[in-house]
Amino acid sequence: MNFEEILELVRDRVRQVAPEVEASKLDADVDLRRCADLDSLDFQTLVELIAAATGVEVPERDYPQVRSLRGMAEYVCARAG
Amino acid sequence: MPEFTMPSLGADMTEGTLLEWHMHPGDVVHRGDIVAVVDTEKSAIDIEVFEDGRVERLLVEEGTKVPVGTPIAMLGPVTAGAGSQPKAAPARRASPGPRVSASPLARRRAQELGVDLEVVRDNGSPGVVTVADVERAAHPEPAAARPKEPQRESRPEPPSAPTADRAASMRAAIGALMARSKREIPHYYLESVIDLHGVLAWLADLNAGRALADRILPAAVLLKGAALAAREVPGMNGFYRDGAFEQQEHVHLGVAVSLRGGGLIAPALHDADRLPLADLMAGMKDLVTRARTGRLRASEMSDPTITVTSLGEQGAELVHGVIYPPQVALVGFGRIVERPWAVDGMLAVRPTVTVTLAADHRVSDGHQGGLLLAAIEDRLKRPEEL
Repeated sequence: MNFEEILELVRDRVRQVAPEVEASKLDADVDLRRCADLDSLDFQTLVELIAAATGVEVPERDYPQVRSLRGMAEYVCARAG
Repeated sequence: MPEFTMPSLGADMTEGTLLEWHMHPGDVVHRGDIVAVVDTEKSAIDIEVFEDGRVERLLVEEGTKVPVGTPIAMLGPVTAGAGSQPKAAPARRASPGPRVSASPLARRRAQELGVDLEVVRDNGSPGVVTVADVERAAHPEPAAARPKEPQRESRPEPPSAPTADRAASMRAAIGALMARSKREIPHYYLESVIDLHGVLAWLADLNAGRALADRILPAAVLLKGAALAAREVPGMNGFYRDGAFEQQEHVHLGVAVSLRGGGLIAPALHDADRLPLADLMAGMKDLVTRARTGRLRASEMSDPTITVTSLGEQGAELVHGVIYPPQVALVGFGRIVERPWAVDGMLAVRPTVTVTLAADHRVSDGHQGGLLLAAIEDRLKRPEEL
């Protein structure tokens, strides 16, 4: 998968966690907790969904790197096989 | 238990719509079985049955809205045949008091019909006696007047309330309950800032060795601390009803869950003080998920003994909560923020949380409330015991 595909995948998983948010309109650089109103439980669910789809498990200490759509996609992109 | 009634799923509920039956005449049901789905102003709730029995009749069709306390099904003993006569209602938890609580209308109707209000109460109408209770007592064979069993083939589609209506009715229900709380409960408020450095470091170590799905969030740790403290300090965990406080032994922690698209619901995490942290985390996750998808259970709606609201990572730094009647206390955790903190005469930067207590002055005072906050802090200082 290239970066754009992964970004789209992350967007899709955000849509699953927060169905009422228009995921296609989210700014890729803004903290998802703010722009998609994800609480800590939602964020953990997102990390689980990403791991299930890509095999990339984000450890807690790396959470600060994956708070935005772009951050998450770049993180996964760099690690996915 | 011949009559199965529309349960009260929280102090703010006055009526409910029977959405679906999960039991049918002749079925044997067991304590804890989910036998029906009821729609309240807030969400659809799974209804459990509290005793074993055999279903004799369903009294209410799917799609019907009835007041709380209305009989909706007749149950008989498991051993009896399906056609046996229902027995008279046994006196349920009769608590004879000096005066029966009844609405004025119920009193008038009781007089008209020659019904003794004490008998109505002792025959199992908990709380305030209503007109419906009186009329039921006046006509002890009500089944004939009720709609016959719903026919499964031609049942109406369960009405699914449009989202806008749901949001409006939920807002109205929250407003009514909170107005009652502010009108009746003399709140007092306390706050305290707690250093979380130790507990969060402990938690990070714990999570580093756990699978992704088993990671424990700080929110679960805060809930556990509050649950243990509520068990320890008297006057916080229980209900204020009929002019008296009833301390509860079990800590059924109400967990305030904000719903996507607006609204709030605070179902109970049962025996939260006794749950190991991993189980409490799993329970919290399950509860939040079901609260947001509208699949809560009746027992979770009706019996929280104290509520905790946790504002989360994007929330405000502190909350002055409003108590859920008939509970007597609400614990609030603000967002975890880093603050300058004095440690051993030096200045350090520490993750901290502001914990608040809103409590009922009819039951406790600031001294006791302070003990609760101190107990929460104490518990969070010893994370390995959580």
